[in-house]
Amino acid sequence: MSPIEIVLWVAVPYVSIIAFVAGHIWRYRYDKFGWTTRSSQTYENALLRWGSPMFHLGILMVLAGHVVGLFIPREWLYAIGITEEMYHWGATVMGSFAAVLTLAGLAILIYRRRTVGPVFLATTVMDKVMYVFLALTLGFGTLATFVHQVFGSGFHYRETISPWLRSIFGFQPQPELMANVPILFDLHVLSALALFALWPFTRLVHVFSAPVGYLFRPYVVYRSRDDVQGTRAPKRGWDPISTPDPQRLRRP
Amino acid sequence: MKVMAQISMVMNLDKCIGCHTCSVTCKQAWTNRTGVEYVWFNNVETRPGVGYPRTYEDQEKWRGGWKRTKRGNLKLKDGGRLWKLAHIFSNPKLPEIHDYYEPWTYDYDMLLNAPAGDQIPVAKPRSLLTGEDTKISWSANWDDNLGGSLETMQDDPILQKMSESVEAEFSKAFMFYLPRICEHCLNPSCVASCPSGAMYKRAEDGIVLVDQDQCRGWRMCVSGCPYKKVYFNHRTGKAEKCTMCYPRIEVGLPTVCAETCVGRLRYIGLVLYDADLVAEAASVEDEHALLAAQRSILLDPNDPAVIEQARKDGIQEDWIDAAQRSPIWKLIQQYEVALPLHPEYRTMPMVWYIPPLSPVVDVVSGSGADGEDARTLFAAIEKLRIPIGYLAEMFSAGDPDPVDLALRRMAAMRSYMRGVNLDGEGDERIARAVGMPGEDLQEMYRLLAIAKYEERYVIPSAHAEQAHDLEEMGCSLDFEDGPGMGGAGPFGSSSGQSVPVAVENFQSLEARQTADRPSSPGRVNLLNWDGNGTPRGLFPPKGKDVPQGDMGPVQSTGKRNKGKDV
Repeated sequence: MSPIEIVLWVAVPYVSIIAFVAGHIWRYRYDKFGWTTRSSQTYENALLRWGSPMFHLGILMVLAGHVVGLFIPREWLYAIGITEEMYHWGATVMGSFAAVLTLAGLAILIYRRRTVGPVFLATTVMDKVMYVFLALTLGFGTLATFVHQVFGSGFHYRETISPWLRSIFGFQPQPELMANVPILFDLHVLSALALFALWPFTRLVHVFSAPVGYLFRPYVVYRSRDDVQGTRAPKRGWDPISTPDPQRLRRP
Repeated sequence: MKVMAQISMVMNLDKCIGCHTCSVTCKQAWTNRTGVEYVWFNNVETRPGVGYPRTYEDQEKWRGGWKRTKRGNLKLKDGGRLWKLAHIFSNPKLPEIHDYYEPWTYDYDMLLNAPAGDQIPVAKPRSLLTGEDTKISWSANWDDNLGGSLETMQDDPILQKMSESVEAEFSKAFMFYLPRICEHCLNPSCVASCPSGAMYKRAEDGIVLVDQDQCRGWRMCVSGCPYKKVYFNHRTGKAEKCTMCYPRIEVGLPTVCAETCVGRLRYIGLVLYDADLVAEAASVEDEHALLAAQRSILLDPNDPAVIEQARKDGIQEDWIDAAQRSPIWKLIQQYEVALPLHPEYRTMPMVWYIPPLSPVVDVVSGSGADGEDARTLFAAIEKLRIPIGYLAEMFSAGDPDPVDLALRRMAAMRSYMRGVNLDGEGDERIARAVGMPGEDLQEMYRLLAIAKYEERYVIPSAHAEQAHDLEEMGCSLDFEDGPGMGGAGPFGSSSGQSVPVAVENFQSLEARQTADRPSSPGRVNLLNWDGNGTPRGLFPPKGKDVPQGDMGPVQSTGKRNKGKDV
């Protein structure tokens, strides 16, 4: 176990996780107002109409695939009758489809962001950084899938990457599992870790605002004026003040 | 029965001269910021015309508001909850900025710094979206006063619905102005469309607001509102809308648009309504019955049963009193001259309009007849099919009868009051012809024509026991690029802590200025002395009656305390 491997497969993941969790907590407390999708649909709709749903639906499929591939031990899948071949075939076909959909959507969105004047002007530095790491992560992931899974002999990441990731979350890191992982998968993992560290400081925070509650609440929301002193707690030293008590001002 | 209070507005279109003062003052107060350059919480449209944003009334295109399902339930016209969530990545019914207009400024610098030359320098228009030179081709009031309407007027959704062609020639046109703000509906479809639950109707006064901290910019409210009165701030990525100037309303002041209205045509007051019946009233099958259904859920504030239930539901005495004096109640229920804008959207709007009689009077006077004679006016109202039909499409879902009645009552008031002024008494036959006693016509005249400030605006202030809630602390330097903020944060402009709404707390300011004691306890010096009382240490001792003990910061020596043992 070389020091560099320890850094890459133990230190970096934990730094990334801490930045991700603490960053979200900080951002939510500090910047609820900035917590938004920052949609640019009002500027331009013709490209967004295609690009945005393609990207988002694609990335949701990618997410679902990663949850199954990384967090569900293969023995569990064997137990319900999903063999290695079935899994490999399904993951490769559906994964490739999702990857193409996502990348095509992302390409449309980035093209739009660069060429449509108002959208480009509304792009922040953080947006650009985020796009770089998002594109790198998606690109390496797709490349790894195509090189090893589609055209190659197939790499069994469920023997290496998946248990390594689970070991990280179990606080018993096993960096040795990552020793013989192909470089494309390494790059995919590392760029993803960088993206996760950046996540809370980008517009990606809107992922955690997925409005699932909309399905269950009544249509019309009523709130009392008394409850609506903003949704954030007053900061220390800024407690609400009340008008001075007239009794205390009056002479006895 | 669940009694709730609603702050609502009535606008008397008969008096609107289309001066746009309301729009301008509103814009100065609320939307003179980046990101909302194109936004007018209050705008004034010339009708017939396409409106702002263009053709917003065409709900077959924009699909705002509610629709009635076959089973008699209400459903968002654009689709249910799942449909909304499925289209969250790209809202197909969202107006683009060009449906409003591309905001611009002028290259003023050119006027100052152009090199000497033969031509006078020109300030070219620049787009505020791209920063590039632009050609101004539309605005919020492009067809103001029917200007250019020959080209666009046929796109007016209401004219298309009527399948009538209106003479757009200036001399033959009928025309009126329609000032619009948020309707603060009883059954708001924008609130129902918001996936985040950030939009809400305030339980106390029914004002519909957007929680800026909770809004996530899903944009469904913009497309959900059939009046297109929720706007998307393209810099902050959040929805914004008319707030009914709630910081002013809470301290008993009318909204900015109403306060500055030159024609004094806006009325603000409370109505009490039965919240349990809203959904039922909004889902009446016959569109023509919607107006009556909405009127039926407004509760009579003088009815003892209503008063008792209102108390039970936590409505304070002064609010009940305000509801009883409300000009809105009188105009909607007593005189029945006020009508809602597009009741067929089923949102139960609460900004109502008195339809304009002036196009009718203009035609009558223009033809040389007597524009104040009741019979002539009645006949003209009957004869002028196109204006009535048009008004009916706007204010009563196409049913001409309510518009007809409102216009007749306005006409009757006009000629009845001529009788009062010229003959010393009004002609009771005129009053009877519109089913109102003469006194009511006189009272209506007083409310509509004299329009005293206190009668136009009956606004109970929010409650004193909650007064501290009204005071917002904030640094006045904390605006964008201001010295307190240092400009845009790392997440784009306007992220970070939001700037609090600055409240000029009218009542507390007045109370402080007229109080006979200092506003704050503690040591008073020349800088924080507000002129009241005689704070210790500020004046030289005055004779032997000045105590040397610790009697607190205030020492009154005026006549007020004469004889008291100090």
